Parts: sequence; C-alpha cells; structure tokens
Amino acid sequence: MTKPESILFFGTCLIDMANPEAGLAGMRLIERAGIRVRFPQGQTCCGQPAYNAGYREEARRVARLQLDVLAGDEPILVPSASCAGMMRTHYPRLFEGTPDAARAGQVAGRVVEFCDFLHRVLRIELNDLGPPIRVAVHHSCSARRQLLVADAATALLRRLANVSLVEPDHAHECCGFGGTFAIKEPEISSAMAGDKAAAVAATEVPLLVSQDWGCLLNIGGTAKQAGYAYRVKHIAEFLWERTEVAHEK
Amino acid sequence: MRSEFRLRAERSLASQRARGNIRRAMDGLILKRRAAFPDLDELERLRDQGQAIRDQALANLPELLERLERRCATNGMHVHWAEDAAEANRLILDIIRRHGGHAVLKGKSMVSEEIGLNAFLAGHDIEPIETDLGELIIQLAREHPSHIVAPAVHKDRREVAELFARHFPEEPYGEDIEHLTALARRMMRERFRATRIGLSGVNFAVAETGTLCLVENEGNGRLSTTAPDVHIAITGIEKVIARLEDLAPLLTLLTRSATGQPITTYVNLISGPRKPNELDGPHEVHLILLDNGRSRIHADPELRATLRCIRCGACMNHCPVYHRIGGHGYGTVYPGPIGAILEPQLQGLERQGELAQASTLCGACGEVCPVRIPIPDLLNRLRFEQAQGRALRHGRRSGRERFLWRLWSLIHASPASYRRISGFVTRLRILARIRLGPWTRTRAAPRIAARSLHVLAQREGFRDD
Repeated sequence: MTKPESILFFGTCLIDMANPEAGLAGMRLIERAGIRVRFPQGQTCCGQPAYNAGYREEARRVARLQLDVLAGDEPILVPSASCAGMMRTHYPRLFEGTPDAARAGQVAGRVVEFCDFLHRVLRIELNDLGPPIRVAVHHSCSARRQLLVADAATALLRRLANVSLVEPDHAHECCGFGGTFAIKEPEISSAMAGDKAAAVAATEVPLLVSQDWGCLLNIGGTAKQAGYAYRVKHIAEFLWERTEVAHEK
Repeated sequence: MRSEFRLRAERSLASQRARGNIRRAMDGLILKRRAAFPDLDELERLRDQGQAIRDQALANLPELLERLERRCATNGMHVHWAEDAAEANRLILDIIRRHGGHAVLKGKSMVSEEIGLNAFLAGHDIEPIETDLGELIIQLAREHPSHIVAPAVHKDRREVAELFARHFPEEPYGEDIEHLTALARRMMRERFRATRIGLSGVNFAVAETGTLCLVENEGNGRLSTTAPDVHIAITGIEKVIARLEDLAPLLTLLTRSATGQPITTYVNLISGPRKPNELDGPHEVHLILLDNGRSRIHADPELRATLRCIRCGACMNHCPVYHRIGGHGYGTVYPGPIGAILEPQLQGLERQGELAQASTLCGACGEVCPVRIPIPDLLNRLRFEQAQGRALRHGRRSGRERFLWRLWSLIHASPASYRRISGFVTRLRILARIRLGPWTRTRAAPRIAARSLHVLAQREGFRDD
C-alpha cells in the first residue's frame, strides 16, 4: 500500500465512549502526516461482541451498517487490532453466501490497523519531545496472532528516542478480557487480568501502552482496583502527546 | 446462579499450589516446544504436511478403517467395533473374563478414561493397574488426569512423596524424583511379572500395514503390550492414517509439540501377536475401534477438523485458561482448548456447551496446533450452534440473552439510535458505572467520556463526507 490521499477513520465503539481522546489523537496524527481524515458519523460498532458470542444474525445486522457507512475506496483506519481483525478476517466469513458478500470482502480488504498504517504504510518519523520514561507495552492477542501487527506497535514506540520499552513477564499471554468471556466466566477472567496487572506492576513502569483499548480497560481497571500506581494509555494518544511529525518519506 | 463449570473453576482457582505447579510445568513445556522447533519454516512445512495427512485420512475414513481392519486381521489381530463407551467396556470385560483375568496392566490411554474403564472394571472385580507413573499417581490419589499427556502435572514431588508414603509405608520416604521413580518401578515390576492381560491406547493406526503405533517414555507401554499373554489396544476411530510413510511427520510433530522431544524414548510399532518362531510378545492382540460420537463429528465438514487432533496437548500447554484452572477445572476427560471443542461435541452442547464459552479466543491454541485445527473458529461455531438454541435451552437465561443481543444489534444497526444511546450514556456516565455486574468486582469502573468521539470529531472539524 502506498500513502493514500485520504482515509476513513473507524473509531470503534469502545474508544467512542470510553476513550475518545485516543481516537482524536489517532486522527490528528494521520492528518498531520498530510492525509485527509474523514470520520463517517453513521459508524457504530464492528459487530464483534455479538459475533464472538455466537449471535451471527445480530452481528451481521450491525456489520451491515458499517458496510454502508464505510463504502468507498479509501483505506479504513481502525485504532484497535481486535476490531480491525473482526473486520479484516471475519467480515468475509460472516457475510459468506449473503448478498453482501462482495462488499464485505471489499471493506475487509481496505481495513488497516492504526499502528500498522503508521509503521508500514506511512513509515512515519516520530520526533520525541517528551522526557525520558520507561514504558511497558501490551500486545493484544489480535495484534499478536490474528493480524500480526504487534511488531508495528513496538517499532513505533522504538522510534521515540526518550522512551525505553519494558516487556512484562508472560507478555505473550492474553489479559483475560475476551469480550463476553469477562462477563460469562468472571472468575477466570479476573484471575488472568490479576496476573497480567501484577506482571506489569513488577516492571515498576509508570505507564502501560497498547494498541487495543479493550485490553487496557481490563488491565487498567484491575490495576487500579489492586492499587498499582501505573496508568494505562492508548498508543495513539501516547504517540500524539510525545511528538511532532518530521517530514514523512 | 453459578454454573457447575464456574463453581469447579472457582475451586481450581483457589488451589494455589496446583495452580503454581501447573504454571511452572506449562512454562517449561512452552520453552521445550519452542526449542524443539528452531526452524520456523520447517515447523510451518511440517504443520502443512500434518494437516494434509490427517485431512486425507479423515476424508477417506470409512475405507481406511475397513483396510485397517483387514490388515490387522491378516496380521493375526482381533478387531472389534464399539459404538459407545458401554459397548467398549463390555468387549474389554469379555476378553479379560475369557482369559480368567483378575487384573489388567494399563499403559496410558485417554480413550480408556473416556469410556470410564477403570471404574467399570473395578465394578466387575477386575483390578486396573496404571503403569504410567503419572497415571499411577492419579490412581493412588483417586483422581482423574489433569492433562492428556502429563496426567499428574498438577502435583509437585512433595505431594507425590506423601502419597507414596501413605500407600507404601514399608518403603523409605524420599522426595527426589529418582527415589520416587525407582520406588514406582520396583512396585510395577512385580505387577508386570504377575499380570497376564495388558491394555494400551494407540497413537496412530496405520491402515496400509495394520500397524499400531504407541509412543511413551517409561517403557511401561512396551511392557504392557508385550509381557502379558493378551494385549488389548483401544483407540478412537479417527486415529487411523493411510500409509506407514505418514507416520514420520506425525511422530515428529507429536513428540516435539508435546514435550519438546525429538522422539520419545520408546516408539512401539505393534503388528500382531507373537509368531510361532518368536520368543516373546502376546499370544493374542485385540484392537477395539471406538466411535462414541466421532462419526457424528465427522459428518460436519467444518467441525470434522476436531478429529485431526493427535493428542499432543500443546493447545492446553499454551492456553491461559487451562493455566489458571488446570484439567480438573474443566471437569471433562479432555481439558483445555481441544476439550472445549471436543467435549461439547462428544457429550452434546446441552451438557458441555459452557466449555465453548470458557475461552477468550486468544488464539494461542490455534497458533501451536501441529495439525492446524482452527480451534478459535470451531469455538465460535459451537457458540453459534448454542445461540441458535439448537441444543442448549437454559430456559429463561438463554431467552434473556437472545433478547439482549437483539436489542444490542438494533441499537448498533441504526446511527440515530446509537447516537441517542451514546448521548445518554455520556451524559449519565455516573449512572453507567454502577451497572457493570461481574466486571467491577475486581476492576475499577471504566471511565465514560463526557463527549463521544462522534461529537469530538465533529467539533474538531473531521468531516463526514
């Protein structure tokens, strides 16, 4: 993919209501790179919660709306590997054999995860203006195993000169969110989140960064309840706060 | 009300010692597997090959099983078909009785667990003697295996030492592994000498040659299948493979995925009873082919992938849920991710459907599966079947769940209603904090923004068109 003139930004429902600053930061970063950013106001949710719970008809109903509002040719930027993964890999499957199959495939093919876009497509240069800081990074399972874009997040953070990255113990392991899993099996979910939050605390960093707000909602909420001192931040917001963009290649 | 599964999981979570033991063991197995596949390209090639071999075998399952039966018969084995657990148990009992046996030496067999053989035999005054060290520990502790490859993985050596001290009080106490294995070996030798019937599982059954392949590390498998007069092998019908040459790639995938070993200490290729000119081996070999729901799984083109499984256990070794609750938390013979797709299919969604929910869909299992079973996709499929209500009817609960998802979808399928709801939530965000149920039991309530991204984007001039 070459650098496009404009993109569509799909903010995700979680960021929409729980962390719009991250969405805004993401859009500003892309805009600052000289790309026109459009935010379709009709967008809602990718449909993953229902899809993962086995409610495919309900997921299709919601996903169909996104197919409507995301029509066009521009890349669709998603600041979450989890939601991007749903759209990229599961939309074709979800609409297989339906009249919407073709456009579902078209939309899926245009979906790009945010970090992947900055790193691989824009090859963005980041001029770190912040003070030195140690930061732990958490990769979502979707980033790590579904879309293979975890490296993109790490690569972006490595471009920040004053940021040193720390990998917590058992970093490869899921945080235990899993959508409805956290509600259906709360005991196991809490045990996983507790271990994850503790592993981050053991690194003694002040901040945990991730490209997926869902994981951070889980880990951050657990950490806060447990009394750990570190905060959590979406990578888009972190990158925006610390940088100004040099001339992109 | 908490389900049986949740209550069991809670008990497992509370058992800190077992959790620690499992975690340590799994961490070790993960490292060993990784070290066993240093060349990732080779691993992916092998996985392709493994999948192709298994898929091909499953595509020709009826023919291959018939060929296997013919070849085994030519080799002098007796082949039996068992529709279900009861029939398999009955067949085994009949063979033992015909030979006047009162005890059976057992090599490790998960299928024997599946049919509840030990309890069945004990109920008919026949003593099942587990000869695998892990299985022996489990038997002495009156438990069930917590892992399909390492059945006693939840116990540490101190627990084993205490267990042995209780059962063999005349022996000196010791906690180191050498001492414990030597003790088990001494106990076992006596039984091997005296018992005339052996029983084992099968890792692969080769149709072309009528060969049963059995891998193990302790030599107990070899002894159980060669020292007694009668050897009974039991396996699920899906374990058949077409050719002898298929064995090599599957074996290396199996042992490296399971324990990180390039090959197990013992690889047994059993091709029939003792021949007239031979000095050892059983006089009679029986093969029992168990269906027990497998042909039903086989009939579904997507779910059929479940039957590719070669029982290496890598999926559970890498599963964060299994790490927390262990095999006993699942409460089924096959635990972990493979159990979560297999058990609901073997036993029915109405009985074991919740196992399909007990996953974050993190994908760690699918990533390591040596035969590329798409476990997360199959979990999703089973959840779909559940949601369809084809099998699971929890009455009010499932009705309410369906209603909530319908409501959710109606809200999110309409920009106008989504805007109304998000406006409501962001304005009344203090109220929204209270209603998060189990989430907030161990987590601080999430912050709800005062203004949604929709509102902020508009305000900042990010256009819609």
